[in-house]
Amino acid sequence: MPRIIVDVMPKPEILDPQGKAIARELPHIGLSSFTEVRQGKRFELTVEGEVTERHLEEARRAGEELLSNPVIEDVVNVSVAED
Amino acid sequence: MSEQQFNLDTVDHARTTPDTDLPWAELGLKENEFEDIKKILGRRPTAAELAMYSVMWSEHCSYKSSKVHLKQFGAKVTDEMKKDLMVGIGENAGVTDIGNGWAVTFKIESHNHPSYVEPYQGAATGVGGIVRDIISMGARPVAVMDPLRFGAIDHPDTQRVVHGVVAGVGGYGNSLGLPNIGGEVEFDACYQANPLVNALAVGVMRHEDIRLANASGVGNKVILFGARTGGDGIGGASVLASESFDDAKPSKRPAVQVGDPFAEKVLIECCLELFKDSVVEGIQDLGAAGISCATSELASNGDGGMHVDLTKVLLRDSTLTPGEILMSESQERMMAVVTPANMARFEEIMDKWDVEYSVLGEVTDSGRLVIEWDGEIIVDVDPKTVAHDGPTYERPYSRPAGQDATQADRFSESAAGRDRPAGAELGKAVVELMASPNLCSKEWVTDQYDRYVQGNTALSQPDDAGVVRVDEETGLGVALATDANPRYAYLDPYEGAKASLAEAYRNVATAGARPVAVSDCLNFGSPEDPDVMWQFAEAVRGLADGCMELGVPVTGGNVSLYNQTGGQAINPTPVVAMMGVMDDVTRRTPSGWAPTEDGNAIYLLGTTADELDGSEWARLKGHLGGRPPRVDLAQEKLLGDMLVNMSRDGMIDAAHDLSQGGLAAALADACLRFGVGARIGLGEVAERDGVDEFTLLFSESQGRAVCSVPRTEEVRFKDMCTARGYAFARIGVVDAVNDALDLQGVASVPLAELREAWSGTLPKYFG
Amino acid sequence: MAESLPSTEVPLIADLTPDVSDERLAGVRVGVVTFPGTLDDRDAARAVRIAGGTPVPLWYKDSDLQSVDAVIIPGGFSYGDYLRAGSIAAKAPMMREVHRAATADGTSGSAPLPVLGICNGFQILTEMHLLPGSMIKNDHLKFVCTDQRLRVENTETPWTAELDRGGEIVVPLKNQDGQYVADARTLRQLEEENRVVFRYVGGNPNGSRQDIAGVTNERGNVVGLMPHPEHAVEPGFGPSSSGTEEVAMRYGSDGLRLFTSLLRQIVAA
Repeated sequence: MPRIIVDVMPKPEILDPQGKAIARELPHIGLSSFTEVRQGKRFELTVEGEVTERHLEEARRAGEELLSNPVIEDVVNVSVAED
Repeated sequence: MSEQQFNLDTVDHARTTPDTDLPWAELGLKENEFEDIKKILGRRPTAAELAMYSVMWSEHCSYKSSKVHLKQFGAKVTDEMKKDLMVGIGENAGVTDIGNGWAVTFKIESHNHPSYVEPYQGAATGVGGIVRDIISMGARPVAVMDPLRFGAIDHPDTQRVVHGVVAGVGGYGNSLGLPNIGGEVEFDACYQANPLVNALAVGVMRHEDIRLANASGVGNKVILFGARTGGDGIGGASVLASESFDDAKPSKRPAVQVGDPFAEKVLIECCLELFKDSVVEGIQDLGAAGISCATSELASNGDGGMHVDLTKVLLRDSTLTPGEILMSESQERMMAVVTPANMARFEEIMDKWDVEYSVLGEVTDSGRLVIEWDGEIIVDVDPKTVAHDGPTYERPYSRPAGQDATQADRFSESAAGRDRPAGAELGKAVVELMASPNLCSKEWVTDQYDRYVQGNTALSQPDDAGVVRVDEETGLGVALATDANPRYAYLDPYEGAKASLAEAYRNVATAGARPVAVSDCLNFGSPEDPDVMWQFAEAVRGLADGCMELGVPVTGGNVSLYNQTGGQAINPTPVVAMMGVMDDVTRRTPSGWAPTEDGNAIYLLGTTADELDGSEWARLKGHLGGRPPRVDLAQEKLLGDMLVNMSRDGMIDAAHDLSQGGLAAALADACLRFGVGARIGLGEVAERDGVDEFTLLFSESQGRAVCSVPRTEEVRFKDMCTARGYAFARIGVVDAVNDALDLQGVASVPLAELREAWSGTLPKYFG
Repeated sequence: MAESLPSTEVPLIADLTPDVSDERLAGVRVGVVTFPGTLDDRDAARAVRIAGGTPVPLWYKDSDLQSVDAVIIPGGFSYGDYLRAGSIAAKAPMMREVHRAATADGTSGSAPLPVLGICNGFQILTEMHLLPGSMIKNDHLKFVCTDQRLRVENTETPWTAELDRGGEIVVPLKNQDGQYVADARTLRQLEEENRVVFRYVGGNPNGSRQDIAGVTNERGNVVGLMPHPEHAVEPGFGPSSSGTEEVAMRYGSDGLRLFTSLLRQIVAA
C-alpha cells in the first residue's frame, strides 16, 4: 500500500530539549562532527490505491491540524514514500 | 559579534539622539511611565534600557496596581506572628523556622495565560518557575502542589486544556523527582478562556543554608548558568529585533516557552552542591524579565553596582539583540555571585554536572548597573529605579452596582432552594453531589502525578493536606493545603477571602499540623475595571485581617490580573496556601476511617446554620447569589487547636473538615477513603441546630469537622470539647460490616453506588 | 518547639531500626548509581539502609565499582527520558563496569554481580541488553502512579530468594513508559525458562505483554522491574495495602523483602 510521509519538526526558534541532550551525548560515543541535533517526528499515512492530490491535501491537513502543534512545531515535509 | 544585524543603540548615541521614536507603547509602557524613565535617566533610554524598564515595570513584575493593597500583609502583623519568620515578603520566597535547625520555604505562583495558549508547556514551565524560586533560597525542593481551575467540564475546549495542563504539571514535576501532594481541581464556566494554573513548591534547608538574592562584595563574579538564552517569552514578533527602529521588520521569536525538566533537575542538584560547599554569595533564579530582573535585583539588594558584558551570554539564537537578551525568559537559568577565590570550585561543580556557564561581569560599588555590548555601554542605570521604583497606581475601585442585587438573591428563596429534597430523596442527592465535577474523585488527575518519590510523603491527595517529612531522625515535617472558594468571593470578596483562609487553616489542622505561614496567589480580572479592583481590594483586606486574627503571617505570593475575556472577569479567586508544622508526621490524621476503626464513634464538631448561598448544592442547581457562610476565625483557631491536640494525644483516628458540599460530602469522602461505611443519625443535631436534614447535610457553615473517635477515647474527647466550649455531637459510628453510608431513618447509600458515581465523572469526560 | 511525646505514649508506627542487627548485613555494600535525571536514588539507598546494609553512591561518569557486592540502578528520568527511556544512560562509563561485572563468567573467582534495575533502571538494563525486551509508552498514554499488586513468579534470584513463590506483594508503580514488550520468541523463552520474576495482578496497568512487571537474565543475577519496591520499605510512607496482611494507610512495606533478601543471600554466599 502506498504511504504518505509527514515530517514534523520543532520550530527552529523553539527549544528542543531532546535534540540538545542527544547532541551532548554524541561526543561521548566518539562522534564529534555534529554541531546541533534537532529531533522531530515522522508519520506514515497509508492509503488505498494510487496516491492522489486529494490524499496529499488531506495529509497536509492532518499535519497542520493534528500531527503537529502549530504553536511549537512545523510540518516540514509531506511527500509520497519511495519504497 | 560579526553577525550583528542591527545598529547598536548606545548610551552615548541616546544622548545625542533625544528625539528618536521609541516603541514604548508596543512594549506595554504608558506615556507617563515613559516620561518617568526619561526623567530618571535625564535622557531618552537606549533600546536595551527601554527593554529592561518595560519588563520590570510591567504589572507582572512591578505589582503596580496591587502593591498599595498588598502593603497590608506587611502592616497587619504582630511580633508574635514574625517570631518564626526568617525571611519575609519581598525575597523570592519567605522562609519559616520549623525547629530543630530546619527552615522551610514555600510559595505559590500563577502561570495562567501561558497555560491557555499552550496548556502542556504553560503548565510545565509554571512548575519549573516556582521550583527555581525555591532553589534560589538555598533550599532543596521537596514537594509541589497544583490548584487548577478550568472552564465548564462539558465545554469542547476544556478537554484540550485539561489534558495539556495535567500532562504538563506531571511531565515536568515527575521528571524533577518532586512528589505532588495535593491541590485543587475546579470546573466553572468563568474560567473558560482563563484557566488558572497555580503552582506551589516547598523546600527545606538548614538555617545556615539560607541564601538571598543580593550581589555583595566588590570584585565578585556575576555568573549566568544553566540553559542557553533564546528568544523565549519575548513574544511572537519582537519590536526589539531591530534596534534602530527605522526598519520595523519584527523577527520571529518563540510565542511559547518550552520547558526542559531534565535541565532543571540537573540545575537543582548542581545548585544544592554549590550551597553545600558555600560557593555562592548570592543567587537569583531567572523567571519573568530574565536577565533584566536578575541583574537589577541582585545589584539593588547588594552593594548597589554591577558591571556586565552582555556579549558573554551564551545564546541559543545568535540573532538576538541586546534588548531581547535582557528580556528573554528562557527557562532553567540561574545567576550567581561568586568570589574569585571560589571560582575554581564553582567551575568544578559545573563541570561535574555538565552545566554551561559564563562569567558576565562583576559586582561594583558604583551604584550603577552598567551593561556593555562589544565594548560599548548600552545600559547605565541606577538598578533600584528598575527593580524597585516602578510606578504605583491607586486604581479607582467601587462596589459593583449589581452587588446588592446579587446578595439579595438568596438560594433558599430561589425555585431550587424551595424545592429541596427530603426523606429518601436525600440519598440520591448525596450521590448526585458526589458525582458533580467539583466534588467527584480527582484521581484521574492525581494518578498522573508521582506522590511517592523522595520517600517522605505521609499524606497526599485526597486527604485534607499534603504532609511530608523533613527530618528523618525525628519525623519533623510540614503539612500544606491550598484552598479557594471563588463563588463565596464573588458574593462577598472580603468574607470569601477569609473563608478560603479559614478552609486552608482547617485543612492543615485537620491533618494534625499547627498552621504557621501563608502564601497566596491572587487571581483576578482587570485592575482597570473598578468592579474588579474592588473585589481585589476587599479580598486582600479580608486576607490581611484574617491572617492577623489567626496569627499566621503571609510570607509571599503572587498576583495575577487581567484574567478576563472581554468584559467578563473570572470569579475573584484568592488561593490560599497554608503551611503547618508537625513534630512527627507519622501521627498525621487521615481524612477517612479505616477497616480497623469499626465501631469508632463519629462526632461532628461545630454547628450548622442555613448557609447554602454559594454552596456546591446551589452550583449544582445553577444558582449563585446571596451571602457566603459566616466566618468566625476565633472559632476556627479554637477548632484547629483542638484537632492538633486530639491528633497528638491519640484521641482521633481520622478527621475530615467540612467545606464544599458540607456534611454530606465530608461523610461520603470519609467513607470512600478506605471503603468503610458509617451509620449516621441526623435527627438530634438537626433539632439542636434548628435546621432540617437537607440543610444539615448540604449547608456549608464554617468551623466544622467530623472525627472518628475510638471508644476508649470518647471521654477524653468530649472533655476537651466541653473544656474549650466547642459544640460537639455524636452523630454515628463507623461500620465496616455494611458497606454503606447509612443515614438512618432517611436513606442508605451503598458505597459501591457512591464510588461509581464519584469516580466515574472525570474519566467520563477525559478518558 | 519540638515537644517530645510523653513516654507513656505508644508510637503509632513500629520502631524503624532494622530487625536484623547482624553486623554482617551492615558489611554488605550495595552500590546505587546516579545519572543526571535520576530521581529515586536516595530512596533506593534508604531501602538498603533500612534493610540493614550499607548503600554506596556510584556516579555515572566514574568507572570504579568500589568493590560493591551488588548494584541498584534506580528509577527516575535519566536524561529526561529523551530519545528513548534509558538509552543515553546505558552508554555511561559506570554502566560499562556494571555490564562487565554482571556478566563475569566466574572463572577468576568472581561471581556475577547481582544487579537490580527499578523502573528507569529496568529500562536502562534493557537498553544495555542485560535484560531482554523493552518498554514503550503505557497503552493509555498517561503517566500512572498507583499502588500495584504483583505476583512473585521466580524466587531463584538473589533479590527474590526470600519471597514466596506465587505469593503477592504490593508496591507503588509510577511511570510513563512502562509497557513491557518483546518479540514472541523472547516471550516464549522467558516463560519456558521461568525468567518472569513479577507479574501484574488485579489488572494490567500499562498493557505489558503477558502482564510482565519484571524479568531476570539467564543466570538470574540481573533483575529488572517497573514497580518500585524501594517505596514500600517504611511504615507510614508506603502503599496503603500489602500482599500478605491487612495494613493501615501507607503502612505497606512488602518491598523491603527484596533488599533483605539480597543482603542475606550475599552474607550466606
